[in-house]
Amino acid sequence: MSNKKIILSYGLGIIILILALFFSITYGVKSVGFSDVIKAFTDSNSTDYNVNIVQARIPRSIFGLMAGAALSISGVLMQSITRNPIADPSILGVNTGASLFIVIGITFFNIQSKLSYIGLSFAGAVITALFVYKLASAGYGGPTPIKLAIAGAATSTALASFVSLIVMPNSSVMTTYRFWQIGSIGGTSFEDIKLILPIIVIAVIVSLMLSDDLNTLLLSEDTATSLGLNVNRTKAIAALCGVLLCATTTALAGPISFVGLMVPHIVRMIIGNDHKHLISCSGLYGASILLISDVLGRLLGRPGELETGIMTAIIGGPIFIIIIRKAKVQSL
Amino acid sequence: MINKSLFDGVKSRRKKYLCMVIMLACIVCVLMCLNMMIGEKNYTLYQVINTLLGNSSEGSFLIAKLRLPRTVAAIFSGIAFGVAGHIFQTLLRNPLASPDIIGVSSGSTAAAVYCILFLNMNRGLVSLIAVLAGILTSILIYKVAYINSFSANRLILVGIGTQAVFTALISWMIMTASEYDVPTAMRWMNGNLNGIVTDSLPLLIAVVIVSLAIIIYLRHAMASLALGDAYGTILGINVNLVRTLLIVLSVALIAFATAITGPISSIAFLSGPIAKRICGHNQSNILSSGLVGAILVLAGDFVGQNLLYTRFPVGVITGLLGGPYLIYVLIKQNKGGQL
Repeated sequence: MSNKKIILSYGLGIIILILALFFSITYGVKSVGFSDVIKAFTDSNSTDYNVNIVQARIPRSIFGLMAGAALSISGVLMQSITRNPIADPSILGVNTGASLFIVIGITFFNIQSKLSYIGLSFAGAVITALFVYKLASAGYGGPTPIKLAIAGAATSTALASFVSLIVMPNSSVMTTYRFWQIGSIGGTSFEDIKLILPIIVIAVIVSLMLSDDLNTLLLSEDTATSLGLNVNRTKAIAALCGVLLCATTTALAGPISFVGLMVPHIVRMIIGNDHKHLISCSGLYGASILLISDVLGRLLGRPGELETGIMTAIIGGPIFIIIIRKAKVQSL
Repeated sequence: MINKSLFDGVKSRRKKYLCMVIMLACIVCVLMCLNMMIGEKNYTLYQVINTLLGNSSEGSFLIAKLRLPRTVAAIFSGIAFGVAGHIFQTLLRNPLASPDIIGVSSGSTAAAVYCILFLNMNRGLVSLIAVLAGILTSILIYKVAYINSFSANRLILVGIGTQAVFTALISWMIMTASEYDVPTAMRWMNGNLNGIVTDSLPLLIAVVIVSLAIIIYLRHAMASLALGDAYGTILGINVNLVRTLLIVLSVALIAFATAITGPISSIAFLSGPIAKRICGHNQSNILSSGLVGAILVLAGDFVGQNLLYTRFPVGVITGLLGGPYLIYVLIKQNKGGQL
């Protein structure tokens, strides 16, 4: 891969991201002009209506940016560890696991703070991910795409009925849950961003530090071991980062599916398999794709809005199918 | 001599199958009576029969207007889901390839939800559109999954992707239709027998009986198809015609039932394998799968209505059964290296 192409990809990514951020702030149920955006940044005490709209949209855009990056990097990590093209938080059933734990928390322990949301979501995600992976690795050939996908779908179904069982009799929990489970970056505030920013930054830095090891791991586990890599430790740390990234996002925004699946694939087509660039570019493009989905959802869903999670599923479902159609027959 | 013992075996197996079917039918009857008798207010069997025959007016609203439609809907939707699931699993030769896993029912559900919530159509038209949408979805999934050759695994994966899209659409429609309360919305997520209206039932009953008759007529062809397309052709069957007919009929069954009760989870997936466990592999198992489906829905509804601390829609109960069983099937298939 030539350096020129890599620099070009980064440049393009940054331009797209800036455009996406701009659209995300200006377009919506009520669109505002460019001058209002400038005013919102220069004059923080303005009482102008449009300026206030811009100020209300800023946390949403920043959160969307972080969520998109986190989910995509999480997707890269999961695909590399499982050596499987269709690994993704939503396919692996991690989202439903997080949902179940959060619902239990809301119903039985009356959790309020965002931090406990994140903790529970993380616990649920880790347990489900391990379970699905174990389930898929049993038998001949290890975790092949089909086994992983079906194990994830089956686990999701099983956990979803437990969620219904807990949620149904309790109408107040039901209302909270119904809006949470759609997956939306709409109701986020600066407090949320402050809370998850350190977690996401640390996880991203650790994954970038792991990128050389992940490259080695791509060769095959045996080769990696003979090259002196501690395979299990690398895998464990990468998995931890991956689950942490998606669990934090899911805790606050609800399950947003398919971002972690499609972004790494698109990026890999452009810049190849070097994890150093793969991780950072996926973060860059993932942020843009989430923001663009969010803007599209707002424009298509007028006068209301199509929630982000729904938009990403509508865009991501077909891309998932395209990936499957491209995959080799024997691996399916 | 050998011939004689061979035919004896066939005969005894057939007899055994018949016994099992009759036994399952008896269980359906018992559950039906239980569902009619027990509830918020309990009646004796004598009272129920008298009310239904018009000899007595005691509790006639409760029995004739509420419990009868509910029970009838439970039986016929159970049969529809059970038979359709069994056919899909047989034709695709994979217990995981049931319509609720590969996304066929989600297409019907999405269409039904759209028609009911946004176009305010009457139930008959909704059923028809649900059928069309189900068939279109199946064709779409089949065509997309077909590259040079047919692969059941690819079909399942494409189905999972399709289902994700439709599920997203359904949740969005439920979110925007805010005037509808949560229970109505949940019907379309899990399946529910509340609020069944009597006039929507005759169509479902007719469709179930007609399709079932045709499917039973085709049972030998279906058994040959299950061996593989090549065998079917050798045995003199118009493979494509039979397969298309069977798939269209099962999609029709699923769609009509879905339009009335919502997609009752796991029935299509569970019935076939349970029927096989009870009756063995040597029979067509069409009737037995249908009866097992009816038993599951009736029993699930009974448990959900009477035995738990609050009332749950039937879909939640059957979903609880289905999830763990799905995981069990997976573990078994993985161990056997079938995936």
